[in-house]
Amino acid sequence: MSTPDQDTPPQPAPEVATRSAGDGWRTLAHALRPRATRAQVITGLLCALLGFAIALQVRSTGEDSLSTMRQSELVSLLDQTTRQADQLADQVADLERTRQDLRSGSTSREAALESATRSAVAQGILSGRLPAQGPGVAITVNDPSRSVSALTLLNLLEELRNAGAEAVQFNDQRLTATSSIVATDAGIAVNGVAQSPPYHWLAIGDPDTMATAMAIPGGAVAKVQIDGGTAQVDTQDLVEITALRELTTPQFATPEPDSQG
Amino acid sequence: MIAVIGLALGVIAGLVFEPTIPTELQPYLPIAVVAALDALFGGLRAVLDGIFDDRVFLVSFLSNVVVAALIVFLGDQLGVGSQLSTGVVVVLGIRIFSNVAAIRRHLFKA
Repeated sequence: MSTPDQDTPPQPAPEVATRSAGDGWRTLAHALRPRATRAQVITGLLCALLGFAIALQVRSTGEDSLSTMRQSELVSLLDQTTRQADQLADQVADLERTRQDLRSGSTSREAALESATRSAVAQGILSGRLPAQGPGVAITVNDPSRSVSALTLLNLLEELRNAGAEAVQFNDQRLTATSSIVATDAGIAVNGVAQSPPYHWLAIGDPDTMATAMAIPGGAVAKVQIDGGTAQVDTQDLVEITALRELTTPQFATPEPDSQG
Repeated sequence: MIAVIGLALGVIAGLVFEPTIPTELQPYLPIAVVAALDALFGGLRAVLDGIFDDRVFLVSFLSNVVVAALIVFLGDQLGVGSQLSTGVVVVLGIRIFSNVAAIRRHLFKA
């Protein structure tokens, strides 16, 4: 049923806002006036349905955004999340690997440092830069007549080295690769420092080997006796070599580039 | 007035009973609501134009809802559900705006 009574009898509608718009407002007011017509009932029912649906939808939207999603949306969301998880897992693996690398790197660095320290210690002992202690022999060369030659003492040193002496001290001088034993007018000079008898030798190494080497017929001790001195060899469980030798930086020799690593 | 009361009653009923929407209908309900809103504004415009017909209103209301849901359903089947529902919402929105513009012209002559 259409609403033919558009031109309603003039009636002062309370909702009239403006004079020019009065026609429209009057029509609206008339249409809204409750009447038990079929049009009103149907409209009311449909509006109720609409309100119901709106309330339902609003509530379900606020409730859970996932449950209102379409299947394709859910699939793409799942896809996206899976991809993100994969990326994060990759990142985790990367970081784990980096951590592993760093850890093993620090381990190898530690090992390198340790070996460098060890080699520094060994070289310090060999070069006379560090004091040393260990089993060895103490040799006392008595030479009251000062007739023992520098060559004989040098020979004694060579015999000690042959027998495996690792650190040798002559009186208060450390004997190393650069040491010298020379005869001067004032007597024997070791490392450029004049020495007077008795000469006290200390050598770290295998005591028995060195003692045996000293006692070889025609060896170091025998030579000392030939020169007119006496030599007393004592094996000791602990020999302390405290004399140090300052190293000079090589001026002319440089390492070969290839062998540097 | 009955329409406004019906609307309010519907909202209250929806809030009070808190029914759960069947899962199959969930994607279509928002589109159906927008379509129904379009029909409602169309009806209001018809009232102001003086050509309101309850049968036309009923048929347009229901057909709007059904067609909107059908389009979305078809879109889902074709794999373009979200795009089609966006399109439907845009079209219905345009219609709602033009209806509201007509209503406004009737009521405010502007």
